[in-house]
Amino acid sequence: MSAWLALVRRDLRLALRQGGDAAMVVAFFLLAVILFPLGVGPEPEILQRIAAGIIWVTALLAALLSLERLFQADYEDGSLDLLALMPLPLEAQVLAKALAHWLTTGLPLTIIAPVLGLLLHLDASGYGALVLGMALGTPSLSLIGAIGAALTLGARRGGVLLSLLVLPLYIPVLIFGVGAAEAAIAGLDARPHLLLLLALLLAAIPLTPVAAAAALRQALE
Amino acid sequence: MLRFANPARFMRLSAAILPWCAGATAILLGAGLVLSFTAPPDYQQGEAVRIMYVHVPSAYMASLVYAVMALASAVALIWKHPLADIAAQEAAPLGAGFTFVCLVTGSLWGEPMWGTWWVWDARLTSVLVMFFLYLGYIALIHAFDDPRRGAKAGAILALVGVVNLPIIKFSVDWWNTLHQPASIVRLGGPTIANAMLWPLGLMALGFTLFFVTVLLLRMRGRLLAAKIRALRLAA
Repeated sequence: MSAWLALVRRDLRLALRQGGDAAMVVAFFLLAVILFPLGVGPEPEILQRIAAGIIWVTALLAALLSLERLFQADYEDGSLDLLALMPLPLEAQVLAKALAHWLTTGLPLTIIAPVLGLLLHLDASGYGALVLGMALGTPSLSLIGAIGAALTLGARRGGVLLSLLVLPLYIPVLIFGVGAAEAAIAGLDARPHLLLLLALLLAAIPLTPVAAAAALRQALE
Repeated sequence: MLRFANPARFMRLSAAILPWCAGATAILLGAGLVLSFTAPPDYQQGEAVRIMYVHVPSAYMASLVYAVMALASAVALIWKHPLADIAAQEAAPLGAGFTFVCLVTGSLWGEPMWGTWWVWDARLTSVLVMFFLYLGYIALIHAFDDPRRGAKAGAILALVGVVNLPIIKFSVDWWNTLHQPASIVRLGGPTIANAMLWPLGLMALGFTLFFVTVLLLRMRGRLLAAKIRALRLAA
């Protein structure tokens, strides 16, 4: 357990030392969302109709941006070889890295989402379901993204390929996340959608590290 | 199973059964096409129902080929069977082709029947996701300088994408979809008329044998190309 926590702390320290990563992801999130009122027009009725969708889709894309570097730096300087030799299973290490990734990307995105809701005239009843949905959904994004990041280690055009691989797998999270916010706005119960998001997360926690660790092992061969 | 891992034995076996597969494909597709055109028109859809005889078999093939790909990937990862990798990689473009035909014929059928070329219901969306999984798989196996790396990475991706298959199958039960619910593989037996079930079954069987024929051809081509490369390097 202490080894696992040490790994999380190491990744957090590395991410915070570089400083820019979390801030850049949040800045991209803000900018991308701001593009929509400029593109579709500032009428509140139209923006209100698509606000939840815009926030979720741009959160997805922002989470994708930092995935490429999840294992890349360790792979390039040889740390990944050493980490693979540790007694801590590679699957647990993937969980640690995904947690650190979520703390530096998914969590800031979730926190800043209400501000963006204000910019897009999101209906007041939607904020709770939106933030709760993102809190439940963004960890799944980090976990599923870890599979893609591990698969594309050392690939040509790895960044674009990563997006192509991971976005189809993100679609269920997107559908239920937006579904939760839209249900709350329509006055219906958002709980089924939120429970499904929780189910996706609970399924991702044991399963995604297996695939990602297998991908890391064959990248290290 | 590892008995068939020897490429030379595979080449001999496939050379023996290939003409039979090709012949059976031709007969089944021919019979299926004839029956498709002589089958009765639907009481509601009229003659336009005949698109079904291409749409449903290609949809079924799209999922079947993905399942074959995933099974081959599992065999390759677990037993390191040398031909399983090749089978999965050569099947992927075929599966992508079937999915594309399914989506396009479905769209052509939907326009007169539903009044729309596309709708974002659960069945169409999940089949579209499978199409992108195919494309991602093909991109991934070609993305590495070392082809063996690409093969292994693709095998893992194929297995990860298997979760989509039950979603596709049950999407019409779990959600309110415009796409009709299951009429053939369901509890209580098929609800489609026998006069339509026969051409459908023959076309599905024909498509399956077509897939087997082309897959064997592609695998043989791949093994021959490797042989040529080895000969060139040795010369």
